Amino acid sequence: MSAPLRSSLRPDPAEIVEKRRLGPALHAYRLRLLEPGARRRFDFRPGQFNMVYAPGVGEVAISISSDPEEESLEHTIRIVGRTTGAIERYGVGDVLGLRGPYGSAWPLEEVQGMDLLLATGGLGCAPVTGAIDYVFHRRAQYGHVAIVHGVKEPSDLIHRERFEAWRREPDTEVWLSSDRAGPTWRDRTGVVTELFERVSLVPERSVAFLCGPEVMMRRAIALLRQRGLPDERVFLSLERNMKCAVALCGRCQLGPSFLCRDGPIFRLSAIARSFFTRGL
Amino acid sequence: MVKVGVSAPSLLPREGLQRLVDALRADGWRVLGPVPRDGAVVLDEIERVEDLPVGLREVQEAGQYRLGPSGREAFFDVVNGPGSLKPLVFAPREPLLQIELDAFEEGSRSGAFRARELLPEPPRLAVLGVRACDLAALAVQDRIFLEDREPDAAYAARRRHLLLVGVSCTRAAPTCFCVSFDTGPRVTRGYDLALTELSEGFLVRAGSAAGEALLARLGPAPAPAAALAAEEAAIQACAAGQQRSLDATNLPERLWRSLEHPRWRDVGARCLSCGNCTLVCPTCFCHDIWDEPALDGAGSLRVRAWDSCFDREHGQVRGLNHRPTIQDRYRQWLTHKLAGWVEQYGTSGCVGCGRCITWCPVGIDLTEEVAALEVPPP
Repeated sequence: MSAPLRSSLRPDPAEIVEKRRLGPALHAYRLRLLEPGARRRFDFRPGQFNMVYAPGVGEVAISISSDPEEESLEHTIRIVGRTTGAIERYGVGDVLGLRGPYGSAWPLEEVQGMDLLLATGGLGCAPVTGAIDYVFHRRAQYGHVAIVHGVKEPSDLIHRERFEAWRREPDTEVWLSSDRAGPTWRDRTGVVTELFERVSLVPERSVAFLCGPEVMMRRAIALLRQRGLPDERVFLSLERNMKCAVALCGRCQLGPSFLCRDGPIFRLSAIARSFFTRGL
Repeated sequence: MVKVGVSAPSLLPREGLQRLVDALRADGWRVLGPVPRDGAVVLDEIERVEDLPVGLREVQEAGQYRLGPSGREAFFDVVNGPGSLKPLVFAPREPLLQIELDAFEEGSRSGAFRARELLPEPPRLAVLGVRACDLAALAVQDRIFLEDREPDAAYAARRRHLLLVGVSCTRAAPTCFCVSFDTGPRVTRGYDLALTELSEGFLVRAGSAAGEALLARLGPAPAPAAALAAEEAAIQACAAGQQRSLDATNLPERLWRSLEHPRWRDVGARCLSCGNCTLVCPTCFCHDIWDEPALDGAGSLRVRAWDSCFDREHGQVRGLNHRPTIQDRYRQWLTHKLAGWVEQYGTSGCVGCGRCITWCPVGIDLTEEVAALEVPPP
């Protein structure tokens, strides 16, 4: 880290310019920083996150899912508690607070020219969808792209149309799986990790980005290791309790790392011991 | 605090200590020192040196602390009480931001707010009788709050208003192990004035310009060689007499290798997860942050307050707890303090003060736990 770590916890006001419902209790918010020049100073890369502030209520850590070149910032927010419940009550024209960007990013420049395996499990998984969009906006810079996404129920699949659009892209494969089948489900049924045995993977020129429940990622890592992908080319997005986002409140530690500073994106080889120790 | 080089030691007669307190008070310092209260020695305001625990001595052991007569007329025989310098710089609870919300009107934009940083207006505090381990702990806190980041404004404001009068230890409690971390028993850094209590008076050294100026007003006499020899012998004896120790060599790697050791289950079964160790620890910095709405709905305060990795909520993310058991939380505390800290800040989080041993209600002793983690599992 070159710039000194910030210490202030002051949020900047940001106007909601768009709000899209993506599913039950799940919305995408587009936000515009209100202070003049604030967007220019706000330099982020996919995978980084903001503390999103519900005025008078509290803050929650949410990854930024929009492209860095867009003027507005997008956050996909699931209503799970008091703070996100308060955010849900706000609509276009209202003001939220933002402070960030915080944390590490997907190594999207480092992996140019390589094949990408982008795997997610669960609802939303905004940290990876932002990276997928980034790649398709710069498609020629990357090799083969394989997208693997698993859900519990067919109705948990948001962005179905985006997966279908990605499926039509050249040199791209999309694997979807649902734990339980439904009348309209045309993709695979079963746990997402089974897809890691089937997806195309040339270990010598591939890199994998994983995001989802830790139990799913542990299983996925075991399968990727079996297929010969080294830990140096596996990246994970992790989650821990976060209050300050400036590596001071101490809650988000995983071994010697602060998730808010050294993560949330980690190279597996750098944290394998901590990641595979339960309860750390 | 500007380092001006350690001055030649002076000898201050016993009565000189009151002159030091008077000089500090005359300069507008609020003087804090060790004071016996409710069966323990705590840091509180003093006006007279008789407020200090004169003629007292404590018994400390794992899970035990008792004050009793020492049979000597010394001011600084009692080693460490539960209180360190930590609350003087890192407030146990303080507001950081004042957030004002626009009144809701029909058709207006809701959520509009203004956030203003709040700064404490700390009193100028002179602390008398700070031990070497606590000065080392303050240096660790400085590293965390000031040096590795944009300075934390509230901490920096309090830190600027501290004057520190250290005391080198000539007696160690059975729980002390500062020698293991080379943080004591002699006061060697981070002080304005450093005292060593001897039968013939106090040896005094200045460690800053403020300390030099104070010392000059006390009318010191050059210290005779015999006093210096007596000091050296007393501090050496204190170091040699420490009953506990912790092998700090390559400790992070040793602990990371022991993450699955069965001893964690054993200590997890004894630990009550009460958090006493983190409260008395002079370096533990974990805290909680929340927004406290005003009753009239016109705004909120963003508050931070001490928290503990032993709190269940510390590792909670929605429905998932990353450190669900007490054994997980004890391991988090010990590995952070002794291993993770070294990677994060280039220094151990432990200074060997022994408070976590004394104030643990079930007498868990980290030196014993670290030693047990070295024993290969059966």
